[in-house]
Amino acid sequence: MSAAAMALPQRIAAAETEIAGLACLLDPAGAIMFPAERLLAVADLHLEKGSSYARRGSFLPPYDTRATIATLAEVVARYEPTTVVALGDSFHDRHGPARLGEAERSALGDIMAGRNWIWVTGNHDPQLPPELGGEIVAELALGPLTLRHCPAPGARRELAGHLHPVAKVVLYGRSVRSKAFLTDAERCVLPAFGSYAGGLNACDPAFAPLFPGGFTAHVIGRNRLFALSQKVLCAD
Amino acid sequence: MTTPDLLPARFRDWFASRGWAPRRHQIELLEKARDGRSTLLVAPTGAGKTLAGFLPSLVELAQAGPSPLTGRGLHTLYISPLKALAIDVARNVETPVREMELPIRIESRTGDTPPAKRKRQVDRPPDILMTTPEQLALMLASPSASELFGGLKRIVLDELHALVTSKRGDLLSLDLARLWALVPGLSSTGLSATVREPNALRRYLVPQRSGAIADLLVVEGGAEPDIRMLDLGHELPLAGHLGPTAMPAIYELIREHKTTLVFTNTRFQAEYTFQELWRLNDDVLPIAIHHGSLDVEQRRRVEAAMTAGKLKAVVCTATLDLGIDWGDVDLVVNVGAPKGASRIMQRIGRANHRMDEPSKAYLAPTNRFEILECQAALDAISVAAQDTPDPRTGALDVLAQHVLGRACAGPFALEEFYEEIRQAAPYAELTWEDFEAVIDFVATGGYSLRAYERFAKILRGPDGLWRVRDGRVAQQYRMNVGTITEATMLKVRLSRSSQSKPGGLVPRRGRILGEVEEGFVEAMSPGDTFIFAGEILRFEAIHEDEALVTRTTAGTDPKIPAYAGAKFPLSTFLAERVRGILAEPAEWPRLPMGAGDWLEQQRRRSLIPEPGEMLVETFPRQRRHYLVAFPFEGRLAHQTLGMLLTRRLERARLRPLGFVANDYGIAAWCMGDIAAEAERDPGLLDALFGQDMLGDDLEEWLAESAMMKRTFRDCAVIAGLIERNHPGERKTRRQVTVSTDLVYDVLRRHEPDHILLRAARADAATGLLDVKRLGAMLARIKGRIRHKALDRVSPLAISLILEIGRESVIGEAADEILAEAEAMLLEEALA
Repeated sequence: MSAAAMALPQRIAAAETEIAGLACLLDPAGAIMFPAERLLAVADLHLEKGSSYARRGSFLPPYDTRATIATLAEVVARYEPTTVVALGDSFHDRHGPARLGEAERSALGDIMAGRNWIWVTGNHDPQLPPELGGEIVAELALGPLTLRHCPAPGARRELAGHLHPVAKVVLYGRSVRSKAFLTDAERCVLPAFGSYAGGLNACDPAFAPLFPGGFTAHVIGRNRLFALSQKVLCAD
Repeated sequence: MTTPDLLPARFRDWFASRGWAPRRHQIELLEKARDGRSTLLVAPTGAGKTLAGFLPSLVELAQAGPSPLTGRGLHTLYISPLKALAIDVARNVETPVREMELPIRIESRTGDTPPAKRKRQVDRPPDILMTTPEQLALMLASPSASELFGGLKRIVLDELHALVTSKRGDLLSLDLARLWALVPGLSSTGLSATVREPNALRRYLVPQRSGAIADLLVVEGGAEPDIRMLDLGHELPLAGHLGPTAMPAIYELIREHKTTLVFTNTRFQAEYTFQELWRLNDDVLPIAIHHGSLDVEQRRRVEAAMTAGKLKAVVCTATLDLGIDWGDVDLVVNVGAPKGASRIMQRIGRANHRMDEPSKAYLAPTNRFEILECQAALDAISVAAQDTPDPRTGALDVLAQHVLGRACAGPFALEEFYEEIRQAAPYAELTWEDFEAVIDFVATGGYSLRAYERFAKILRGPDGLWRVRDGRVAQQYRMNVGTITEATMLKVRLSRSSQSKPGGLVPRRGRILGEVEEGFVEAMSPGDTFIFAGEILRFEAIHEDEALVTRTTAGTDPKIPAYAGAKFPLSTFLAERVRGILAEPAEWPRLPMGAGDWLEQQRRRSLIPEPGEMLVETFPRQRRHYLVAFPFEGRLAHQTLGMLLTRRLERARLRPLGFVANDYGIAAWCMGDIAAEAERDPGLLDALFGQDMLGDDLEEWLAESAMMKRTFRDCAVIAGLIERNHPGERKTRRQVTVSTDLVYDVLRRHEPDHILLRAARADAATGLLDVKRLGAMLARIKGRIRHKALDRVSPLAISLILEIGRESVIGEAADEILAEAEAMLLEEALA
């Protein structure tokens, strides 16, 4: 056996679906792309979470911000969107932007250059400094869809983040817990994009009012997504 | 020196009043103590080891007279690996103290000791304190440590053979080094069961400058043990670990003896055996169960009943391996494979806690492979061979914890601290580079990206000394001390269905039955049934840190077969002996219960490998192609082998579907025809089992291995990267604020040589992944693989094939499980 026989990594495959009548691609990195609108959205980057923990004495590896930005750069390069929306909680705390390192700041600037960049505010980052560049808004519309950080139970046709959905599957005495997009025809809750952002189980009661008719979980695997019905998911 | 010189009259009279004479090693240890010598006492159970360890302190303290009202400071520390043992020994030593009316204060201190009492123990210390390594670490991390321990004369380390094999042993060794620095004249006494390599323990007891070694006292082991295999007179099954057919015989043995200890290897086996014995228990004999998952109250009740002689038998696991004195056990039965010669000897020693009478024991194998293993163990015992594990190299995550503790006690100079640490035997070889890396880790995380300088936990002052930043960091240390992270446990609580809410449950009402590993519960779906605490329970839900269960109706079969518990892999030494029996047909006739015939059939239908060879069989079965190998290297190493082998089979385009592993071998099954491929490419098997699998393949697998992630999490918690508890926050243990899996991924990608990853890899080498042993095996069989292509399964392979479905591994990659779930849905939709 030689190294040449090694299986090549599979092509990264996005899942095609439709939300509120808009065609979109769910990317295994945790981003959603609307090709017709050339708009890419990501939620809950939680940049500078590592340094936020360091302040209280947990020295998590200080590479989460650059890892998150690098993944974002890959996704942006994959789809070349004209508009990028960061759906809130882009920074783990309100001092996050100030702690952003030089290299990270410049890498972020490179991705932002030449695109419409929209920061939606979230509960972790209710105020963002204008020096960050881009537009800072509380919510915005994309055709029939409203894009906001925190999903509003009464609302319809919504794209949101905040809840960090993860799906858990148990089979043959083994369990897998992975980030997931939760969708029905009207709404999509995005998984958290940040490399240290954990998750809330999709079976949590917090999701039920958002999807009265149930949801499909698009669970993130290594290179592709797996569409699972709600009933095969397990609580933690 | 004679007894009267060493043992005061009051003590001699006390011995006489009990009808005892002081044993020789007890007197010898007094003499060593008088000369200030640190000593290792190696003795079998029942030799009066514990009393021997305390006698010097009791004599000294008795001669010193009553202590002044303010106390005279700590004289002797006693360290035990078990909380229960510390308390039990305190009770046992109090007896002679009371009977001789000695003016000596003895107290114990564990995690359960109330804060007020702990504070008093520091303000007005007892003469003798019984405690655990964690409590000692906490006391040493206090600024008052030098005062508290300033007058310490002796430290007694009980069950040292058990302590030194774990990270707790590393922690204790560092605490010892600290004590040696505080009290230069301190002498140590180690108490140990018989071990293969006593010199390792002797070094552990003394500072390691210039290759120092403690004195050694060996008590030769009384009467020969009366130990045999339980011959049921019929053939044993080819697979399975429960031994249902042995139960009537075991029940008979229990009836015929006064008190029997029935040891099992896993908690599941214990639960099963307990149930089966009660099914047979027409005489309603008092038979109890005892294992580490049961509620502590229930365990204490069993222990008390046992000590009071009220029980006829106790079914138990390794929790009773260590020497709590249990009165009149006259028989030990070990169900299942012995796994190690020393282990089994220590278990057998629990029968007849008096060393002059022979211990009586039966080994009860549950399948044919275990017959071989039992025979190997009996042979080893008859020549008194030992196979205790090698001494450890001190773990770096434990060192990190100790460094922070050291800083909490007061300022330190780097060079001096380095020299101090190297006095601890496990850290004698610690390099300056690693030491600095650990200091750097504690200070700011030790990343090459210097991002956290301004948050440093320990700082170097203008005087060159290192100090802890503030009281908050010290509090953080105190809340997170310890090395026991084996698994997050969930309480198992009996609940009942809710009246008001159909389908709902009433939490926090029913009784707590005990604890199980979080991982076990996570792999269950609501409605799954399992055996626990002697009952079959239905899993309902997890509520905070509790698993809610309900009772099942009678006759329900447990659906979830096992929870792993503590399962030790076959020792290297015993494995070699098993291979020896296998390769020597002259040995076969003495194997009972069908094992000899079984090997004879194997020789006829397949082949028996020559000594040093590894047998690989290939055969088709049910439209799959099987590869079965028999390395005999223990379950953990085989599981790692399985993970790596399936990667290679995949690369060879043989389309592997899964594998099973047990202590003896591994079976993998594929869509592709392995035998045909091996004929076409004669180098195939050598390549599949090539040593290079420990290179890239291992690295690649480690990236996603759940076991590696668990290993990393343990290191991260011990080293203080992730907090178990944070001051001012009451969190349930399940609420980990940041996932260590995510941290592992990021760290692995950005700083693959970080000290925590190194610590995790070092653990993987010997721990759950047993990579070291796998490496030795791959070297051993290189060029010595005997391949036999068969048209059907062989007698040896059947035992492995029968495990499929019971414990088969679908492959660890998350994608495979997700794909399976997706496929199931599709099938459902099309049906």
